[in-house]
Amino acid sequence: MSGAVSGGPLLSVRDARVGFGTVRGLLRAVDGVSFDLQAGRTLGVVGESGSGKSVLVRSLIGLVGGGSGAVVGGQVLLEGQDLRGLSAAGLREVLGRDIGIVFQDPMTSLNPVMKIGRQIGEGLQLNRGLDGAAAARRAVELLAEVGIPEPERRAVQYPHELSGGMRQRVAIAIAIACEPKLLIADEPTTALDVTVQRQILDLLQREQRQRGMAMILITHDLGVAAGRADDIMVMYAGRAVEMATTREIFRGPRMPYTEALLRSLPRLSDVAHTRLSAIPGRPPDLARRGMGCAFAPRCTYRSDRCETEEPALTRDGARGFACFNPLAAGSRVVA
Amino acid sequence: MSASAAEPTVGVRRRRHLSWALALPLGWVLLVAILAITADWLGLPDPAAQELIQRRKPPSTEYLLGTDNLGRDMLSRIIYGARTSLIVGICAPFLGFLIGGAIGISAGYFRGKIDLLAVGFIDVLLAFPALVLALTFTAYLGQSLFNVTLALGILSIPAAARVSRANTLAWANRDFVLAARTIGASNWRILTREILPNVLPAMFAFWLVAISVIIVAEGALSFLGLGIPAPQPSWGGMIADGREALDVAPHTALIPAAVMFLTVLSLNFLGDMVRNLVDPRRSAL
Ligand SMILES: Nc1ncnc2c1ncn2[C@@H]1O[C@H](COP(=O)(O)OP(=O)(O)OP(=O)(O)O)[C@@H](O)[C@H]1O
Ligand code: SF4
Ligand SMILES: [Mg+2]
Repeated sequence: MSGAVSGGPLLSVRDARVGFGTVRGLLRAVDGVSFDLQAGRTLGVVGESGSGKSVLVRSLIGLVGGGSGAVVGGQVLLEGQDLRGLSAAGLREVLGRDIGIVFQDPMTSLNPVMKIGRQIGEGLQLNRGLDGAAAARRAVELLAEVGIPEPERRAVQYPHELSGGMRQRVAIAIAIACEPKLLIADEPTTALDVTVQRQILDLLQREQRQRGMAMILITHDLGVAAGRADDIMVMYAGRAVEMATTREIFRGPRMPYTEALLRSLPRLSDVAHTRLSAIPGRPPDLARRGMGCAFAPRCTYRSDRCETEEPALTRDGARGFACFNPLAAGSRVVA
Repeated sequence: MSASAAEPTVGVRRRRHLSWALALPLGWVLLVAILAITADWLGLPDPAAQELIQRRKPPSTEYLLGTDNLGRDMLSRIIYGARTSLIVGICAPFLGFLIGGAIGISAGYFRGKIDLLAVGFIDVLLAFPALVLALTFTAYLGQSLFNVTLALGILSIPAAARVSRANTLAWANRDFVLAARTIGASNWRILTREILPNVLPAMFAFWLVAISVIIVAEGALSFLGLGIPAPQPSWGGMIADGREALDVAPHTALIPAAVMFLTVLSLNFLGDMVRNLVDPRRSAL
């Protein structure tokens, strides 16, 4: 995630901030997040519900704002080009060409009154200059590629005629149609049946490998990121609290919140239906942040300093963690 | 809808009820519409031809619906009146929906300043007493089919804007709209291809109801003597004329009133049915 390889990172985010003006004051949904993503790699963004994962990635590509009263700050460079400085038309061009996104709920991410083939072909017509017939042919190929049986028949159907899993496959086909360099998957399996979740994740991973895309995989489940992400960024209350390679995270987290997330994972050795140790307590109210570490009220390693001072993300080589009392490097989590 | 074992039969019976509830109003509206369209070829007597000796005749074989105060054939006037009422009823809300729909959809999609401006405009328009506005309008510009339609059309703008704005708000934050943006679609493309097709069904449902409201409003204007000018027949005008002879020849007012009532009721039924069909909360699934 760090270490500028020749040519530099595909995506470079510096001090991203998003605040929403609410009746209770400014809600800092994303509070100074920075990361790099190399071409072809997968970054897992992990955190509880409300930690700002969706707002972060949406703000990167200009989907936050526009009348919602959001204040967006920071720098977003895609191949060195500043996305925040682009005109609306310039941003559209970059989005259409280089970035694809898959949303959480395939019930709302497809247009209910447009045929599936049309929805897949639209981007090709807009960005690749294909005519209607060519786009339609390509849409059928893409449907086959994402594993939809009878693609010719499905292409002329409407979303409501498909199951949730199939719709998510369609959403993936739409996202990859224009061969993006970056694929963003925002909890792509949360709304799906458990039996389908794995298939969708496998499909995403296969497409990503084949096409050499970089991927941001958002999830609240470290287990989902485990086998699929190269690097992991853990988010808590709008901040990145730990960043490391997936292997390092599983070998030994440094930040207590990451450790708590790891503890809440089900393991193969568990008897079926054992209760997972959910993290006690709730995340803080983002509109009234105290001055200390946001995780302090729930942290078992808390010291006096944690109540009065906010730990910054400190780098230790390629890793980063925000904690005054970090766990020893290489301390395995024994749940 | 009980969860009993008899559910299948309940379901069938419900469906049969539903089909009558659809067939009756639809049949009536179609009948009125077809008669209004084909009026010229039905061999009807001139709706304006007066025959004073035959005035205020009750329905008979010669005059199926009787004659009015001036001895004009009521059936002919009802059918030609349907033409007037439907022209006003369909065109006025259409005008309102064209303008109000554009305002409401842009407000709901762009939000921010455009929304504030649009909502302010709608509120101002709503703050005028509707009937007074229509009265002033026709009083100044003169009574004609066109002016009455125009006045009622303007009056339907706020309602149309509200319905389209609310529906646009419900659709504009759906992920597929964001997805369309990430494939590089422009605002215009998103508005016309993603939002509009989803908002139209709800607006159509509302339009059906608006037609009935406008038909009644035209009647109210006629009652005040500012509706469609004589001798062109309109239902509202007929009721207003018939009022003079309510004691001696009640049919002159009651027949057009009944026809208007049935038409308005049918349109409301149909509008409600379409609205239930296109409820965005349901069509999400
Ligand atoms: N338009 C908005 N206006 C005000 N607050 C918002 C808005 N959108 C998001 N938020 C707030 O920002 C915070 C972060 O939300 P976000 O959706 O990014 O969380 P998340 O990590 O994606 O959670 P989940 O796992 O549930 O998707 C939440 O507290 C949410 O209430
Ligand atoms: S800074 Fe203190 S409260 Fe925060 S995670 Fe570290 S030990 Fe816990
Ligand atoms: Mg989210």
